[in-house]
Amino acid sequence: MEENKRLVKVPTMAEMAANGEEPEVLFWVGCAGSFDDRYKRVTRAFVQILEHVGVKYAVLGTEESCTGEPAKRAGNEFLFQMQAITNIEVLNAYNIKKIVTACPHCFNTIKNEYPDLGGNYEVIHHSTFLQQLINEGKVKVQGGEAFKGKRITFHDSCYLGRANDIYEAPRDVLAALDADLVEMKRSRANGLCCGAGGAQMFKEPEPGKKDINIERTEEALATLGTGNGVIATACPFCMVMMSDGVKNKEQEESVKVFDIAELIAQAEGLSK
Amino acid sequence: MIQLENIIFLIVAALGIGLFVWQIRKIRKNVLMGRDVDLSDNPSERINKTLLVAFGQQKMFKRMLPAVLHLFVYVGFLVINIEVIEILIDGVFGTHRVLAFLGPLYSALMFINEILAALVIVACVIFLWRRNVTKLPRLATGVEMRAWPKLDANFILITEIVLMLALFTFNIAGLKLVQLDGGEVAGSYPISQMFVNFFGDNPNSLHIIERAGWWFHIIGILAFMNYLPSSKHFHIIMAFPNVYYSKLWPKGKFTTNPAITHEIKAMLDPSYQPPAPEMDAEGNPIVQRFGAKDVEDLTWKQLMDAYTCTECGRCTSVCPANITGKLLSPRKIVMDTRDRMEEKGESPAIFAPNHYKELGVERVQTTDEKTLLRGYITPEELWACTTCNACVESCPVNIDQLSTIMDLRRYLVLEESAAPASVNAMFTNIENNGAPWAFSPSDRFNWSEDLYVPSKN
Repeated sequence: MEENKRLVKVPTMAEMAANGEEPEVLFWVGCAGSFDDRYKRVTRAFVQILEHVGVKYAVLGTEESCTGEPAKRAGNEFLFQMQAITNIEVLNAYNIKKIVTACPHCFNTIKNEYPDLGGNYEVIHHSTFLQQLINEGKVKVQGGEAFKGKRITFHDSCYLGRANDIYEAPRDVLAALDADLVEMKRSRANGLCCGAGGAQMFKEPEPGKKDINIERTEEALATLGTGNGVIATACPFCMVMMSDGVKNKEQEESVKVFDIAELIAQAEGLSK
Repeated sequence: MIQLENIIFLIVAALGIGLFVWQIRKIRKNVLMGRDVDLSDNPSERINKTLLVAFGQQKMFKRMLPAVLHLFVYVGFLVINIEVIEILIDGVFGTHRVLAFLGPLYSALMFINEILAALVIVACVIFLWRRNVTKLPRLATGVEMRAWPKLDANFILITEIVLMLALFTFNIAGLKLVQLDGGEVAGSYPISQMFVNFFGDNPNSLHIIERAGWWFHIIGILAFMNYLPSSKHFHIIMAFPNVYYSKLWPKGKFTTNPAITHEIKAMLDPSYQPPAPEMDAEGNPIVQRFGAKDVEDLTWKQLMDAYTCTECGRCTSVCPANITGKLLSPRKIVMDTRDRMEEKGESPAIFAPNHYKELGVERVQTTDEKTLLRGYITPEELWACTTCNACVESCPVNIDQLSTIMDLRRYLVLEESAAPASVNAMFTNIENNGAPWAFSPSDRFNWSEDLYVPSKN
């Protein structure tokens, strides 16, 4: 098997621009995707899919910086705009037109909040991107049968769902797997937050009876029932919160938390 | 033939309407305390939204039972108002059932009216039951559900029942009188027909009862109208403009402060010329706070939100922070805004704000500051918000609770640097490393090392 795989050299914008080339799409990795050990695996899975289908993509590499989203949600409009204006300068200098990202927070900010500051791009979330690849037949999900009979429940990210009305794309992606898709009672527009948005990720929760991620994990576990199951997410913060919740409930042996890109990469035989 | 009764009616109606206009002007003044914001864009989209969400009650139908019951009361309100127009004309000109010339249409209208009036009574009884007997949590609990909001809600429901009973009294007595005269009945009255003998058959007393029912109904309506500006029930008017002016862009898009943009651009590029600041009437530049400390820092739309809220608690019941026992309640944010607005600006006829501290609600640590922030809403509430938009999504009248929470939070951070320490650490990380965590920016691309994909052949 060893000889059947090739090393990926992830193209950066700097290299592409030096060669006078332009990518079809810029993959905005985001801070979690770049630094968080768990979410780096999602970044890698998504790049494997990009490589597999032969999309001409690039990343900013070390030229990427925080979108400023957590600062904005925490009320620090000044720091947000500093980050945004600096990022927009980089993106505009490279003449970027289309951006894909695996982070709903980056997605929402670049798509909705950068235009007021001079950054106008076509921005899509990786769930929509994967949905398109599946619809176009570029990703066939031949290995989807491996998921047969497995229960998967999708946890809506607030910044994908309510914030941008994207509910079906991640579900369509999961539907391509041969799995048993089950919905939590609070789903889609009524989905319950994982507890990390609005900069909560970076602070202790305010005093209360319970942590929000525990409330949500209990709902997910009840929906999945007994036996092996998967909580599918499409957001780095949800990933952390739900994983912590599952660990807190001591269910990490039977219930796994995966990003939709990881599940597709697995089904496509791209990663193990 | 205009008689003394008609003149008295005219005076009563003029007083009632005049008092209402006077109160509306006060409320308008309060709302205009807010900052200006231009929401005159996309009129056709706004009209569509108003038809769907306000007239069509679209968002109510997320919860079926209250949606159907509320629909009875709402349609009842709209249709019975047609009869109120008739009552007004009859009252002024001394006519009797002036619209009867409409013939079959009039019959149909009166028929529907009676059915709706009965359904309104049924719905209001069930609503009272849910509030006071089964004590539905979103209606019965929460620090913001103080004595006044609870009394207000019950008062409205009971008034609506009494008004409907007055309407039936008027119809039943009128029906019996026509029967005794052997005349033709204008209109069709299925419910009153069933109770036609309820008040006996003495024409004199029937006439008095008929007149009393009529006067009670119309005075009741005028009084009710003047009660509205003090009540959560004001939503029956405000829902329409509030939905018209609702946020049209994606919920995830938060406002951008252009003053900050100019500041940053000037910092990055010394040749950048920011536009001249706006001047006030005396020619002094208007210095605007960053974020909101008090009601005048919010926009008029955010203040209008506060007058539109009917305190149904859907927002609070779906708030992840509230569900898990945190102090934050989006409904409280909106109700506090209204209370503070009336404390600072004008207050309508009935006004009884009671402070959480005075009520002994220990968890709400308000101070004596005469501002919305801290005087009513505490930082603990603001920092519990996950900005998940569940409150905004759930509101049947498109109130944007989140925008107010965010503006208050911005004031804490931008004007007071009063963020929690760990949030400040996150800010420092973004400033220094370009990431919210303490990682070196030079390691940002390390994830790409040793990554393989299967070869195609």
